[in-house]
Amino acid sequence: MVFGTDKIESLAQAVVEADEVKGRSLYADARRRFMQNKAAMTGLMLLCLVFLFAMFGQYVAAWSNEEIDWNLLGASAELGAPSVANGHYFGTDEMGRDLYARVVQGTRISLMVGIVGAFIAVSIGTLYGAIAGYVGGRVDNLMMRFVDIMQSIPYMFILILLLVVFGRSIFMLFVGIGLISWLDMSRIARGQTLSIKNMEYVSAARATGVKPLTIILRHVVPNMLGVVIVYATLLIPSMIITESFISFLGLGVQEPNTSWGALISEGSSTIQYGTYWQLAFPLFFFVISLFSFFFIGDGLRDALDPKDR
Amino acid sequence: MLNKNIFLSTVVGAALLSAPSFAAKMHPETGEKLADDQTFTYRLLDEHSSVDPQIVEDVSGSEVVRNLFEGLYNQDNYGNLVPGVALSHEVSADKQTYTFKLRQDAKWSDGKPVTAGDFVFAWQRASDPKTASPYAWYVELMSLENAKAIIDGEKTPSELGVKAIDDHTLEVKLSVPLPYFPLMTTHSTTFPSPKWAIDAHGADWTKPGNIVSNGAYVLSEHKPQEQAVLVRNENYWDNANTIIDKVVTLVINDENVALTRYKAGELDRTEVPAGQYPSLKEQYPDQAIAFPRLCNYYYTFNLSDSGPEFFKDVRVRKALAYSLDRNVITERVLQGGQFPAYTFTPAVTAGFEVPGVEYAGLSQKERDAKAMELMAEAGYSKDNPLKFNLVYNTSEGHKKIAIAMTQMWKQKLGVEVTMNNMEWKTFLNERGNQNFELARGAWCGDYNEASTFLDLLTTASGYNDGKYSNAEVDQLMADAKTADNAQPNYTRVEEIVAGEMPVIPIYHYTNVYMMDANLKNWPVENAEQNWYAKNLYKVAD
Amino acid sequence: MLGYIFRRLAISIPTLLVLIVLSFVLMHAAPGGPFTSERPLPPEVLANIEAKYGLDKPLIAQIFNYIGGIVTSFDFGPSFKYKDRSVNDIIASGFPITLTYGFLSFIVAFVVGCALGVAAALKKNSWLDYFAVGISIGAQVLPNFVMAPILVIIFTLWLGWLPGGGWNNGHWANIIMPVIALSTSYMASIARLTRSSMLEVMNTNFIRTAQAKGLPAHVIVRKHALKPALLPVISYLGPTFVAMITGSVIVDVYFSTGGIGQAYVNSALTRDYAVMMGITILIGALTILFNLVVDILYAWIDPKIRY
Repeated sequence: MVFGTDKIESLAQAVVEADEVKGRSLYADARRRFMQNKAAMTGLMLLCLVFLFAMFGQYVAAWSNEEIDWNLLGASAELGAPSVANGHYFGTDEMGRDLYARVVQGTRISLMVGIVGAFIAVSIGTLYGAIAGYVGGRVDNLMMRFVDIMQSIPYMFILILLLVVFGRSIFMLFVGIGLISWLDMSRIARGQTLSIKNMEYVSAARATGVKPLTIILRHVVPNMLGVVIVYATLLIPSMIITESFISFLGLGVQEPNTSWGALISEGSSTIQYGTYWQLAFPLFFFVISLFSFFFIGDGLRDALDPKDR
Repeated sequence: MLNKNIFLSTVVGAALLSAPSFAAKMHPETGEKLADDQTFTYRLLDEHSSVDPQIVEDVSGSEVVRNLFEGLYNQDNYGNLVPGVALSHEVSADKQTYTFKLRQDAKWSDGKPVTAGDFVFAWQRASDPKTASPYAWYVELMSLENAKAIIDGEKTPSELGVKAIDDHTLEVKLSVPLPYFPLMTTHSTTFPSPKWAIDAHGADWTKPGNIVSNGAYVLSEHKPQEQAVLVRNENYWDNANTIIDKVVTLVINDENVALTRYKAGELDRTEVPAGQYPSLKEQYPDQAIAFPRLCNYYYTFNLSDSGPEFFKDVRVRKALAYSLDRNVITERVLQGGQFPAYTFTPAVTAGFEVPGVEYAGLSQKERDAKAMELMAEAGYSKDNPLKFNLVYNTSEGHKKIAIAMTQMWKQKLGVEVTMNNMEWKTFLNERGNQNFELARGAWCGDYNEASTFLDLLTTASGYNDGKYSNAEVDQLMADAKTADNAQPNYTRVEEIVAGEMPVIPIYHYTNVYMMDANLKNWPVENAEQNWYAKNLYKVAD
Repeated sequence: MLGYIFRRLAISIPTLLVLIVLSFVLMHAAPGGPFTSERPLPPEVLANIEAKYGLDKPLIAQIFNYIGGIVTSFDFGPSFKYKDRSVNDIIASGFPITLTYGFLSFIVAFVVGCALGVAAALKKNSWLDYFAVGISIGAQVLPNFVMAPILVIIFTLWLGWLPGGGWNNGHWANIIMPVIALSTSYMASIARLTRSSMLEVMNTNFIRTAQAKGLPAHVIVRKHALKPALLPVISYLGPTFVAMITGSVIVDVYFSTGGIGQAYVNSALTRDYAVMMGITILIGALTILFNLVVDILYAWIDPKIRY
């Protein structure tokens, strides 16, 4: 890949703007390696399919997600099973509503919740933890005790107050999710930073007078991305489940809208009455999405690992 | 009636005392063969709040207290009074003094006799501001002399209108004549409490080992959020006639898990989740039972100043109420034999005759047609749809009903409803502050008489969250208190309510249980569901 | 190090105070109170009750009284809902239960999770790796509120092997299902974190050097790789350990174990202020303590870490 002239050219540039070039080649390299990872690409494709399902699935639906099929209401165990004939491809829920349309709409909400939660965790949590760990001393102590308090505070009251003060909306759901998702991430990031900041390359950068924030962004964060990404993929399912609790309090997704968490919990509560499809379909989409996230996360981790370069 | 019952139970009691071994194998009256294990285990939705008779405030706690303690009177399987600690009573000419004759053989679980003084102590304790009983208002409701002043802290509890003439004679003075006063003595707040145990252990007196009780059972074990065990009180006066040896309450929050555990044989009684009754009835015809309960379920419009303008239009309110197909809700959603409601008061209420309000007599088709007409008159159409918010507290059952209602309105009237659920306390707060448009409500009768429901619709009622106000209703309900026959008043009130529709009655409750087929004598016809474990028994397979 | 530990313990007291004050304010700001009910109490009755529990005083006075009670007599007050019991009673009866099943779950999750993670990393892309991935995803997509009722159906209703709930003074048969329900998703997370950080460590120069020297694989893992690989896992374990030993509302609800997980959530929903505060303080104190333990472990894992 790398030919002689290119090499000389890049070396020459490196003298002038070392960091920029290094950044560019790092990410280009990462992309190439990611593309070569079969599992990750399969995951990405599956996830794209789930996305397409969420975006366009309703155009194939014979029913809307809120319409009650009055003939099936109250008879879901006997008549509500999946059937192409009556247009309920995934069967119906307890209320005689089309499960297909509900899964489509629930997928949309839950993917959004999972991704926004993970994004907030990665961006805020990582930065917060890295700063605390890098600066250390009193600042570290203060910042981490704040995390201790946030983690111990009765979170439920914050959610209830958000509801009462700002009213319900999808945005407030994200605020609610965002408020907790970053806490554990900040701890992990700080722990990694404590170890990374003693590495030679960090000491070298410090010795040459690079600003702390630059060191954090250029040296510390990239070196813990592996752990951060894996933890982010762990956060996605837990955020998706947390959403159903937030909605229980009244903030967030409201009937007739639904989410994976709500569908799965409804499906599991009626499992003993023979309506297995009510659990199986939402769970299926949950499972393949998690597999996708897992392999994508794994692929990203491998691709971004600076030590592999 | 009362005296006959007293006579019967004394005779039967005496007969049984002479043949206790007979009772161990066979039921003395029916001759059924009894099971060897007489343990009754039932599911509690939630941990009981207390077993202190004057403090307890929740239904499950009252059930436990009713098995541990015994008041002046008990209820039989039909809700009629039968003697408890009191054998009989006399009423003075002005109907304001009641004198109760207490039985000689009543004993506490530690062997001490139950005296009139124990009742005096308990009632004073309930009214004492220092006890801070959440049911202090019940003493006020009983109209005991000076009750209000004592609760307000203006008089001392010793001035309460209750006095022990001697150990077995209790005299009660009321501030107004109250014909149903004796009925009120079946409530747990009025049960006696043991002063010596409370003095000795303070707040810990209700713990197993410390507790002294005068009912058929004593508390032997209590594991919070897990279980409580009640065992036979050997000193109970009617112990010889008591068949159930042990009562166990298991706290199981999730109704589906409770049902699984019932099927696994861990429980003798549990509630059936909404919608599951028909299939369970088919599988277990002798175990799935449903019977009426003294509760209604409704939605209330916010008619206060903070309520929306469009709900002040009676046509809109009526259209919404008419277009609800209540049969679909009871037969297809709840499926537990609930009764479609067109009146606020349930039909099962004692002495209440359901008036034939206009829209109850129509077919659903006619109601729908009428609703569309009214909606059009009020100026709403599919192009200019009515839009409003509906609130309910988070629960599977409430959610299902709200979904069905909103879909009916949407499909029939083109109304666009936004559903909002809230956790319980937020919901109560918002509803109580008239911060809603249409809100869920339900009410269970405090006593078995229509006024316990209809009083909710009076202007002064503290429970009237919709702030409905109609001078005629207020007057009719005030008159009903002293009327010899209040039925005409109640009929008129229900007619006014059906005409003005401040609330939308939806259905009247049933209790839907899975109950062990061998468990006998459950009082299915007692609408208040005051049950006594001492009256139950288990037959052998 | 000792000096550091001492400083951290000293700062935990103001941290707890901030937590108490913040929680107190939040709690009282939330709509509805402990005595809000479907049937609003008459004002005179409510006044008596509020006077008994000191709720009639200004918020500042209540906070001072509350902290005073704790400092002088370790009294966390009475429960507003379960009137026969004090907060100390509730924690004393519930915490040993959650501690038991939480600690067991933690051991299971940690041991199985680490073993799966290390094995998967060493045999990357082998059937063992895929098996570990399969298990950990399986454990994560079946959240405990799905797993719990299914466990009861299988083990109680169908097989009849285990009681469907209850604690029964910690009988082993009553502990099995709670431990399965609580440990699986944590186990999955630990396995995934261990796997990824193990992979990273195995890629570092010093492990490659060790491999080049021809050291056997198990020695490399045990002596060199495992310790640094545990670093991110331990960051995760601090708060996780606290979460597990303070129980799970799902476990308590589905298995009627009677732990404080349920008491915590219920007290928030019923606005049982005193119980809420008591458990919050317990969780806060444990969080602070175990994050200190985590920091001490960091220094043990990586001696270069200085505070």
